[in-house]
Amino acid sequence: MLEIGLRHYLTLAALLLSAGVFTVISRRNAVVILMGVELILNAAALSFVAFSRYVTTGIVGQLVAVFVVVVAAAEAAVALAIVLAIFRNFQTVHVNQVDRLRK
Amino acid sequence: MGGMIWYLFAVMAGASAVVVAANKNVVHCGFALLFTLLGVGAMYAFLGADFLAATQMIVYVGGILVLVLFAVMMTHKVQAVRLREELIQPFAALGTALLVLALILLVVHRTAWPLAAGHEPAPTTAQIGREFLTTFLFPFEFASVLLLVAMMGAAMIIRDRKPREASPGDSAAEVPGGPAAGLPGGSAAGLPGGPATGLPGGASGQAQGGA
Repeated sequence: MLEIGLRHYLTLAALLLSAGVFTVISRRNAVVILMGVELILNAAALSFVAFSRYVTTGIVGQLVAVFVVVVAAAEAAVALAIVLAIFRNFQTVHVNQVDRLRK
Repeated sequence: MGGMIWYLFAVMAGASAVVVAANKNVVHCGFALLFTLLGVGAMYAFLGADFLAATQMIVYVGGILVLVLFAVMMTHKVQAVRLREELIQPFAALGTALLVLALILLVVHRTAWPLAAGHEPAPTTAQIGREFLTTFLFPFEFASVLLLVAMMGAAMIIRDRKPREASPGDSAAEVPGGPAAGLPGGSAAGLPGGPATGLPGGASGQAQGGA
């Protein structure tokens, strides 16, 4: 059991994914919802790298993880810009209070 | 010994992920996310992905997390000191998350994974660079275009339009708004005028305004 294997990494990734899902569902603050999305993306990337290490022999999983990081960076930039624009117009970042497309 | 260190980082990542999910203080959530990302970076190091570990540290911990904390600080009113917030649908969310966790753990521990012979961890940076410039050239270039578009889109969204629309809007409203501006000007000139000329003055002013 002390020998670290694939199942250890996948268990940790499952825990991160569940925490991210809980965060995305249960929060109202848009910034915290984005944190949950980051958790989910990290869980997926960790699974890719673990499979790349233990199941396949190449490094394609690591390349996919690099793309995951790229997409996460783009998503964080655009989504946080949207959050700041929403805050400037509505003075709130609670997603259940923002129900109009314009002021 | 390595197993103990692995468990240390795994518990750090998992516990701080739970803190992100459950803590009501948004700033605490941000700093807990820091430790989760650090733990995932340590996992990459354990998996022999040295380039990814460095990327995780630079991009996530150095970039995205700073962006998130910046947004947390920016999006709270100065008057309202409370950074707390309540959870909505906590039981439904908890049920969904636990269901997802149970399903994945079931699959993970029931499946007989076709384990390959573990290759020795070796430096991967040169190999990753070679793959990016040969086999994965198109996704690589596409990712660069995606990052460029995301950067421009973020700058467009966050741009403050009000002062820039004010100065050309005023000058633009003056040039075609000449006849429209004549309406209050004509009536204002007509009203304090003499009783005899006040009526036609106002009428001519309104006619100019109408024209």
